[in-house]
Amino acid sequence: MSTIAMFVKIDGKRVAEGLQEAQSKLNSSSEAVLDFTSVLRVQPKDLAALEELVQVAEDRGIKIELNGVNVGIYKVLKLAQLASRFAFRA
Amino acid sequence: MATVTNEPVSRQIRVPPSPEGLSAERIAYLESLVVQARRAAAAFTQYTQEEVDRIVKPMVVAGLEQAQNLARLAVEETGLGVLEDKALKNMVATEFVYNYVKDKKTVGAIREFPERGIVEVAEPIGVIFSLTPITNPTSTVLFKCIMAIKTRNAAIFSPHPNAWRCCFEAVRIMYETALEHGAPEGVFTCLESHGLQENAYLMKHKDIGLIDATGGPGVVKAAYSSGKPALGVGPGNTPVYLEKTADLNMAVVDIITSKTFDNGTICASEQTVVMDDEIFDQAVKKFVDLGAHLCNESETKLLERAVIDPGTGFMQPVAVGQKATDIAHRAGIAVKPKTKLLIAQIEGVGREHPLSVEKLFPVLSVYRAKSVDEALKVCVDVNHAGGVGHTAVVFSRDDEVVRRFSEVINAGRIIVNSPGSIGAFGGVYNDMVPTFSFGCGTGGGNSTTDNVNVYHYLNIKRVARRTQAHMWFRVPNQIYFNMNAVENLRRLQSKSTIIITNPGMEQIGYVDVVRRQLLPEALVHVCVIPDAEPEVKTILQGVEALNYYKADQIIALGGGSVIDAAKIMKLKYESPDADLEELAAPFMDIRKRVVEYPTEKVHRARLIAISTTSGTGSEVTPFAVLSDKERGRKVTLADYSLTPDVAIVDPQFVMSMPKGLTADTGIDCLTHALEAAVSIYASPYTDSNAMQAIRLVFKYLPIAYERPNDEEARCMMHNAACIAAIAFSNAAVGVNHALAHAFGARFGVAHGRANALMLPHVIAFNASVPSKFMPSPNQRGYIAHKKYATIAELLGLGGSTVEEKVKRLIVATEQLLDQLAIPRSIAELGISKEQFELAMPDLAKNAFDDPSWRSNPRMPLVSELVELFWIAYRGRGAAESTADLHQQTA
Repeated sequence: MSTIAMFVKIDGKRVAEGLQEAQSKLNSSSEAVLDFTSVLRVQPKDLAALEELVQVAEDRGIKIELNGVNVGIYKVLKLAQLASRFAFRA
Repeated sequence: MATVTNEPVSRQIRVPPSPEGLSAERIAYLESLVVQARRAAAAFTQYTQEEVDRIVKPMVVAGLEQAQNLARLAVEETGLGVLEDKALKNMVATEFVYNYVKDKKTVGAIREFPERGIVEVAEPIGVIFSLTPITNPTSTVLFKCIMAIKTRNAAIFSPHPNAWRCCFEAVRIMYETALEHGAPEGVFTCLESHGLQENAYLMKHKDIGLIDATGGPGVVKAAYSSGKPALGVGPGNTPVYLEKTADLNMAVVDIITSKTFDNGTICASEQTVVMDDEIFDQAVKKFVDLGAHLCNESETKLLERAVIDPGTGFMQPVAVGQKATDIAHRAGIAVKPKTKLLIAQIEGVGREHPLSVEKLFPVLSVYRAKSVDEALKVCVDVNHAGGVGHTAVVFSRDDEVVRRFSEVINAGRIIVNSPGSIGAFGGVYNDMVPTFSFGCGTGGGNSTTDNVNVYHYLNIKRVARRTQAHMWFRVPNQIYFNMNAVENLRRLQSKSTIIITNPGMEQIGYVDVVRRQLLPEALVHVCVIPDAEPEVKTILQGVEALNYYKADQIIALGGGSVIDAAKIMKLKYESPDADLEELAAPFMDIRKRVVEYPTEKVHRARLIAISTTSGTGSEVTPFAVLSDKERGRKVTLADYSLTPDVAIVDPQFVMSMPKGLTADTGIDCLTHALEAAVSIYASPYTDSNAMQAIRLVFKYLPIAYERPNDEEARCMMHNAACIAAIAFSNAAVGVNHALAHAFGARFGVAHGRANALMLPHVIAFNASVPSKFMPSPNQRGYIAHKKYATIAELLGLGGSTVEEKVKRLIVATEQLLDQLAIPRSIAELGISKEQFELAMPDLAKNAFDDPSWRSNPRMPLVSELVELFWIAYRGRGAAESTADLHQQTA
């Protein structure tokens, strides 16, 4: 069975909003790739949005992959206990 | 202030059964606080030092602007203390703390030690659970907020329930200011209400990185009992010694200032002043003149009942932070309206003297001491009556008194000639670190004695770069070599010379050869010692002779034993108190060993070593072996101070060496050079000597063996022994010597021959891939096999790969042994397999105990030592047994 992947580029200046938009589109795909290459830093509200998004995705059995996450953000996701809930692509 | 209404956070919380008896809703609330703080702390890790500092400064300004308002709130809510003083505390907590932290690095590399190759890098803790007290509520909050932001941590505050509103307001001001200047959302939160259950829950929460508990003993104990890293501040009971040389005017004003500051609520404030008898009355009068009331005996009893709980022996909470006049009124004591302080004389410390405990209100105990000793003892008693590790004060102009006080009192802060409470804060009366958390050390059940500061809010990572250990290359001052080098003795002035030698040297006329070279003005005496490893009694006899003749020059003429004896005689002659047993203590690295050789000298004598064998090289080494027959063991001394001052390497003294001795000593020399070459302490300096010695041995040893009268061969072998000894004196030897020492001692086999039996197999062993590498900071990777290949190249043995070259070196070594007719297996010595098997446990143990292998490139396992012994027992075939050799090409 072929999978339909959603690809969303996250704007580094409006991360939380971008994640909320991505969340609203989750219905139409079984896999989502969120491109973080332009995100240089995340704030607590972004982490909250990520957590909400991944919760929804997990509830629906959708896999979320984060692309181009820099190491600083990767560490933030580890500390926020979110890293294990995503797949990462360099 | 951050509020907790985030839907996703609440939704995902899984509520476990709560041992604290909290409701599910309460747990969900606490969990949401933690999640919020965790996110803030995570995001905070991305901030730079500049961004952090841009947040801290406006927080400090906001704290200063609100100092009075917060003080008023605190006094109104808690009913404790003095508004003006609380305002001052708020200012110290902001301005003084800022002055300390503003230039401190707390992000990234915070300290560098280039000379040690170490960089310290800051890592935030994460979420700090911060408990604040009733006595210093807002100042403590301001202080902890500034510390948390400066170190990129989030904090959850739990104020004392009777100081919640003022603390909440302080957190709010700090949080909003921080947020406005870029701090992550949720960086500070404050528990909406206080409860022991909530505190207990958060103290054990897995996402709390650190508990910073300032408060009563119960809170601190709970923090330390939680199993989490904690900073807790214990209670105090500050003793003050007012010594007779003190500046009384200054001391009395300082004590009153401190004890009445915020109505005595600071735990570092003075509790009992111990005064010398000579100044007691004068000092008390000054206290009274400046507004104190001295209680008489009956008033003291009334005061005790009013402020001390007779059941617990501790202060009554109702008295904490109250004015002196209010306390006097409560006690039924009539005092003047402006009385600042109540003073009561006590006769001792303990439960029977109720006022000797901590009193966080303006009541001061005083004690009259008849002597310095008595005063110090009473101060120790006060210190141990609930104040261990906290704070102590001494007023004295006598440095010796200050020194004695600081030795006997256990306090994290010993304040000299200044007020205790304000002095302990740091930065006002002294240069201590400003703080509102006083670490009390283990005596107070705390993890630190420091004034808690930003560094306690950081995990400090140490980036340790590989450093190059300092190496050395030490040789005697003078080495004279080649035929008739002994004539150089004429250059050396002496009034009294002792020649240490053995009977053989006398018989063959070598002693006369030496005597003829000595200057005529020197008195010369000969001390003949047995031709064996020196014993203690031999050494002591020699030292007696040196003392009797007041020798200024010692000539050691003989083999290794004679030269070793002379080295030890010189040591005992120059430093009679030297304890040979102690000096022989084992060590791993000569630069770091425990024992120190004496540098104080009673006499001074030049030691000249003339070697009569070409093997040990003792004439240039810093080693000496002594036989301790009483205890049935050998004692090895090693120190560069043992190295002879002058070495004479004159081949005329080895021309008559028999063939067997030539072979054995020659192989001993080769082993020294080969082991020094691959030692973990090898250096370019030792390599040059080791390589040259190896080349000379391979070229000249067969000639010296076959044609003993060949002067050139004898000369070159004599030089080779000396050069190899220079190499191993500085690079040490290896596992070959460890095996040979154990085997030689057990079966009475000469050292050189024992070395020879092991040598080819040890080369193969070291050239193989080690099962255990030896730590060797001076080498880049494992290089023993490459060193052997280089030696093979030097000897022109051919081969294209490292493996081939090593094999050819082993074969060449075996051929040399064959040429010298040295037995090639232990079995050939007539030792039966059963005998050898029986000895094996001791052989392995003694070889492993031998320090020689500790510089070997490959760390030998005990099982490998056993294997090496058995390979040597069977003998031959070393080159063929090297299947495991490194495969790299040269």
